[in-house]
Amino acid sequence: MLITCNLMRSDASYSDFFCNFDELKMTCFLYNCSILLIVYFIKIRGPMKKRIFTMLSLLFLGILITGAISAQEIRVTGKVSDAADGSALVGVTIQEKGTTKGTTTDLNGNYTITVSPTGTLVVSYVGYTQQEIPINNQTTINVRMAVGELMLREIMVIGYGTVRKEDATGSVKAVSSEYFNPGIVSSPQEMVIGKMAGVQITTGGGAPGSGATIRIRGGSSLRASNDPLIVIDGVAIDTDGPTGMRNPLSTINQNDIETFTVLKDASATAIYGSRASNGVIIITTKKGSAGKSLTVNYSGNVSISNPIKNVEVFSAAEFRQLIATKFASNAQAQTLLGDSNTSWQKEIFQTAVSHDHNINFSGGMGDLPYRVSIGYTSQNGILKTDNLQRLTGAINIAPSFLDDYLKVELNAKGMTNNNTFANQGAIGGSLSMDPTQPTDFLWKNPDGSPLFVAPMNPLTQLYDQEDIATVNRFIGNLMLEYKMHFLPALKAKLNLGLDQSGSKGTVTIPVGSFLNYATYHGLGRDTEYDQKKTNSLLDFYFDYTGDIGAHSRISAIAGYSWQHFYRDGKTLTTSTDGVTSYEDSDYKSENFLISFFGRVNYVLYDKYLLTATLRYDGSSRFSPETRWGLFPSAAFAWNISKEGFLLNNKVLSNLKLRLGYGVTGQQNLSDNDYPYQAVYTYADPGAYYQFGNVFIQTSRAGGYDANLKWEETTTYNAGLDFGFLKDRITGDLDLYYRKTIDLINEIPVPAGTNLTNQIVTNVGDLENRGIEFSINARAIATSDLEWEIGFNATFNENKITKLTAVDDPAYKGVFVGGISGGVGNNIQIHSVGYPSYAFYVQEQVYDADGKPIEGLYVDRNNDGAITGDDRYRYQKPAPTVFMGFSSLLRYKNLDFNLNGRVNLGNYIYNNVFSSAGSYANMAASGYLSNRVKNVEFTNFENSQYFSDYFIENGSFMKLDNVSVGYNFNNLMQDKLKLRVYCNAQNLITVTKYTGLDPEVFSGIDNNIYPRPRTFMLGVSLTY
Amino acid sequence: MTMKTLYKILSLTVIIFSLLITSCVKDLDTIPLDDDVLTSEKIYSDFNNYEKVLAKVYAGLAVSGQRGPDGNNDLRGLDEGFGQYTRAYFYAQELPTDEAILGWNDGNLRDYQEMDWSASNEFIFNMYSRIFYQISLCNEFIRETAADKLTDRGFNSTQISTIETFRNEARFLRAFSYYHALDMFGSVPFVTEKDAVGSFLPTQISRTDLFDYVETELLAVEGNLMAPKTNDYGRVDQASAWMLLARLYLNAEVYGVSAQYTEAITYSKKVIDAGYTLEDNYAEMFMADNQTANGIIFAIPYDGINIKTWGGTCFIINAQVGGSMLPADFGISGGWWGLRAKPQFVDKFPTDNSDKRKMFYTAGQAKDITDMFNFNHGYAVTKWKNVKSTGGAGVNATHPDTDQPIFRLADAYLMYAEAVLRGGTGGDLSAALGYVNEIRTKAYGNTTGNITQPQLTLSFILDERARELYWEGYRRTDLIRYGLFTGGGYIWQWKGGVQAGVATNEKYNLFPIPDADMGANPNLVQNEGY
Repeated sequence: MLITCNLMRSDASYSDFFCNFDELKMTCFLYNCSILLIVYFIKIRGPMKKRIFTMLSLLFLGILITGAISAQEIRVTGKVSDAADGSALVGVTIQEKGTTKGTTTDLNGNYTITVSPTGTLVVSYVGYTQQEIPINNQTTINVRMAVGELMLREIMVIGYGTVRKEDATGSVKAVSSEYFNPGIVSSPQEMVIGKMAGVQITTGGGAPGSGATIRIRGGSSLRASNDPLIVIDGVAIDTDGPTGMRNPLSTINQNDIETFTVLKDASATAIYGSRASNGVIIITTKKGSAGKSLTVNYSGNVSISNPIKNVEVFSAAEFRQLIATKFASNAQAQTLLGDSNTSWQKEIFQTAVSHDHNINFSGGMGDLPYRVSIGYTSQNGILKTDNLQRLTGAINIAPSFLDDYLKVELNAKGMTNNNTFANQGAIGGSLSMDPTQPTDFLWKNPDGSPLFVAPMNPLTQLYDQEDIATVNRFIGNLMLEYKMHFLPALKAKLNLGLDQSGSKGTVTIPVGSFLNYATYHGLGRDTEYDQKKTNSLLDFYFDYTGDIGAHSRISAIAGYSWQHFYRDGKTLTTSTDGVTSYEDSDYKSENFLISFFGRVNYVLYDKYLLTATLRYDGSSRFSPETRWGLFPSAAFAWNISKEGFLLNNKVLSNLKLRLGYGVTGQQNLSDNDYPYQAVYTYADPGAYYQFGNVFIQTSRAGGYDANLKWEETTTYNAGLDFGFLKDRITGDLDLYYRKTIDLINEIPVPAGTNLTNQIVTNVGDLENRGIEFSINARAIATSDLEWEIGFNATFNENKITKLTAVDDPAYKGVFVGGISGGVGNNIQIHSVGYPSYAFYVQEQVYDADGKPIEGLYVDRNNDGAITGDDRYRYQKPAPTVFMGFSSLLRYKNLDFNLNGRVNLGNYIYNNVFSSAGSYANMAASGYLSNRVKNVEFTNFENSQYFSDYFIENGSFMKLDNVSVGYNFNNLMQDKLKLRVYCNAQNLITVTKYTGLDPEVFSGIDNNIYPRPRTFMLGVSLTY
Repeated sequence: MTMKTLYKILSLTVIIFSLLITSCVKDLDTIPLDDDVLTSEKIYSDFNNYEKVLAKVYAGLAVSGQRGPDGNNDLRGLDEGFGQYTRAYFYAQELPTDEAILGWNDGNLRDYQEMDWSASNEFIFNMYSRIFYQISLCNEFIRETAADKLTDRGFNSTQISTIETFRNEARFLRAFSYYHALDMFGSVPFVTEKDAVGSFLPTQISRTDLFDYVETELLAVEGNLMAPKTNDYGRVDQASAWMLLARLYLNAEVYGVSAQYTEAITYSKKVIDAGYTLEDNYAEMFMADNQTANGIIFAIPYDGINIKTWGGTCFIINAQVGGSMLPADFGISGGWWGLRAKPQFVDKFPTDNSDKRKMFYTAGQAKDITDMFNFNHGYAVTKWKNVKSTGGAGVNATHPDTDQPIFRLADAYLMYAEAVLRGGTGGDLSAALGYVNEIRTKAYGNTTGNITQPQLTLSFILDERARELYWEGYRRTDLIRYGLFTGGGYIWQWKGGVQAGVATNEKYNLFPIPDADMGANPNLVQNEGY
């Protein structure tokens, strides 16, 4: 709001005084840049708040000056008509290029717009060729628009370059900023949730800025990473984020993102070879444009988050009743009851207020396009003590030299992230803590010492542990593109990238705290850790694009890529007084990837498209004999709608068939960079051995597989793109089949053959098959009213087809999916013939009332006894079908958006119910503990962890996001645009699941930080 | 595009690429950067490292990984809580018997206590994995210390002789783990230092052949180990080899070979004659300063600062405490509410407290176990402590200083007596009676507990072994030798999965080969009945 006031004061005479001084503009730009430089690269000392204040004050000053010197503007009017019949065109968009100034034509085809006299108008309308008209001081500009093809000629981002959308052969889906889910504060992944078929994004929970799991067409690996490769402005970033950071992607400010492009099939991803098996996400950020005047945008919002519902546990009154009746014979239990009525879940959760501010400057200084942005976020969690603060900055400049023969692009993004992590153990603690006790209550032994086996007071868990971290990260790249003088169609490109981060964190528990008393003996805990990561990248490649005669067009690239990943760090844990050391460890590791790659796109008659790629990758993680992998792909596409018989079809405006094949690899073991080498590891303190009176630091031989190599995924894809009614309705349909062989998998070694019991090796096959469908329609498109709706659906089936070196039908599989309750209990299994992470449970027997009978299961193997061998594979956590839907409605300046998702066939193990769902140890010696009310139904005396009663159908429909906004376009003589919006997130969930939230990626619901419902009010000002 | 331009492009590409290839492809040859991680070659080039590698072979019995008490696990996919060797051994040897019950609802732990386990039991897999991990560690060290390799590395003769002692200890430790495999699994995959690390499928050795192998190995190293009581504390000597040989011979019939009680007498006698004495105060052998207690031939050392695990004595002491027991009395900051004794075992002791080995905690504890998950069902045991004989607790209130005895003189006495009773020659009954009464005199503090010749029967020995050696990992083997482990000859609570106890199938005398290994190695044949 302060900004508005400052701008208001910059009256006409004041601006006239400055308006023609280009030097001043330059000064102004440099001033703004220097602010960012000061803030990011020269550290301003002091607490976060002080830093923010300094930064904002400097910025306001900058805006004041900048605002004062913007150019004089003129008012242009005109009429837009159809070139063929001269009829008026209604709802045509007229925009000043490189700015956000725009309008649409009225019912008579007329428009009025205030623009810079030296600017360019961009006139666009669906189904017509877009035009760019230099204004040249004209005040009347009439436009005749022709029905054209150019509107199809959109550019699409692909690996190492771009392609005309009509020439694309792969399964590629892009979402641009105007379609992003609104109201997202710090997790960029969430902006495209539900937007793309085949892309499943699951947030990690309700913690501020929590990360998200992205799966493109199901997971292709079992043990190795299933995360897609993420490339930001040409830099493939490290998705194993720095420690101390909640979400690696929050390095970039969500407001800086221009497009999210997802490469799904192997013909599109294979150019990234060894890192592409799980798809590739290419993120491009916003840029300035040459020759445009400065635009300043401020956007900010305030939001309030609330927990939606609680897990049903016994209230204090119910708890007293239960102890008095069920445990009547337990005299001690009666004396342990307290007099309070505490709802522990209410105590640990809160209404959280968060705010977010961003400001950016963009434009072109002569031929130098630039964009500078800075953002600040402060988010509180609904779990008390949880907080995230983030400061981001980004600079993008793109100068050209030598008559545009040399183009340079420089991107720099910096971030400082201060996290205060709440102890999430308090969530589970709040379920078991006795509700009859006051909020400061702690269970004690008769001698006053902590009673370890009793539940810990969740408020103690929250307030006695301080867990804070600061992470600084920089992602930047310099891209040089040189057009060969002797052959301008041939360009040489050099991309140098750097992704560097530094983390520092501390976890402290004060002396005498009951929290983790057993581990730290009441002496408290002081953990200090740090980590440094440096990932560097060099890409060098040639790019040729040109017509080669015979109705043929060709584009080709060939190049080389070098990447180095380095990380080191250390952790030191001592008692709070520093005397006793509990952990003192450090690590240092690196790996390299070296690649050669090439791609050819061939287009014949604009109808027949052929793409072939080849990548040859070497990884330092494998031995010289196995480290190189060759990853080819080929794709064919046919623009059927360009054939004569469809050329002038009034209904069908686009029809394209795509066929693709490709092989991609996987080498990301994430936890070991030397898996093929025989290495010895020294012991850390605490794991020594005693010879005589000396404690010897031992040295352990580690297991290794000298023959470890790439995991390979082969993908087949068939797709159809279609458009109807001049592309008012567009959509696509894809079928895919992906087979992964030589899975990098961790399997039991034949006993005695290696220096471990399980080894990471290449064993097993896995397949995913699926169907994707998406459709978008501009249902209404008039100047006043527009309505765009979108829908997508994905069916995916995942199956393990081989798991061991030798086929043994008796082999059950690899146990996975640790649960809370007991030690080492696993609820899931990888088995041949079943989906990965299938639940492995016992089949519950029910009584006549439909209640489970404790301990009674179906004797599935008919051996007369009910044992662990009667477990069977039942369902899986991944949805069989998932869908996304969205609606964008605009009436004049008012807009209304909503979007949501549907998941079908995703199952959940309700670990909250299974672990806190029995009467056992509820009234044990010395303490009481609460249970979920579900135990009233099951009447389980002891936990029945493996009962399939706890596997529930988690299918759901969620309305994720609803927002209403209003645009004021004509403030301050059209110089200022203001948008005000409000937004609600996580509004409605429809599900049969009895737990808090059916969206659980792992399928094991325990101690999940509940996703809050958030209401947000935001403004966006553009000048 | 003319041929000329094409030529230019191609030549430029070739030049740049060849530059890049030569300079950068070498980057792919990486070796570990971490100071704590060394390649095998570097390790064995330095004499000082041999002791560190041997220490790890020992530590394989003591801790679960390279960070105490957990972190950097030796084994993968198995919890470090129950993943440590002697804790796995305690589970296997004690939980299926009349001596102990563990009140935790962990996975298939219950099957262990109810004697209805299957090949997919993770605790059995854990024991099996620990045994073969230990064997692999030994094989690697034995392979890397072959005489020719030591000469090639240029060590002098003193160094070589030190390394050879190390090597013999590693051979002993390999035989020790193979003995566990022989005892618990019978016929198992067989791997020695001759098999290189990597992907191959070991063949199965029969139980009798494995008996011969263990015997041969022990006899081979026996003479080359240090003389009794001359080696460093925490390392094995000749007496350890004799103890293991005696145990091997005593159980020979169970292992499918002919009775060898005479040999059992020979080797237990060697231990008895080696100069050890029984500890006067039984309790002191299980306390925080038990490294000074008499009668312990070999113990796995623990230390609250330097040797920490969730297994070993940490598990026994913490799991032992619960109910109204005061953790401070045990030198720990809190109990885990787990282990208790079964009533049939409690009844092995006289009803009065004359036998000082009778160490039960009964306040608030019911003798009978109606609910195995309720700590108050079953008497608690107070045998193990992290408290010093001189008073005061160990340095760490969770991870005790208490060492875990593996071989004790009392066992040698009892083995001698049993072997004599079973008809072995070279010993005599009066000596046997003397040894047993020596034990009982220590237990009672006087001779009131002494027995007479007619009272010295095989069943008395079995009960005396329970009283003397309970919760030290002997019970399963002992009951099997007496034919009382499975079947209906002896019933205790929860045997067979019902509270009163029922007869069980004799297949449970052996554990199954875990299905994980059956799946990994098609050469294996499962034990009968599984």
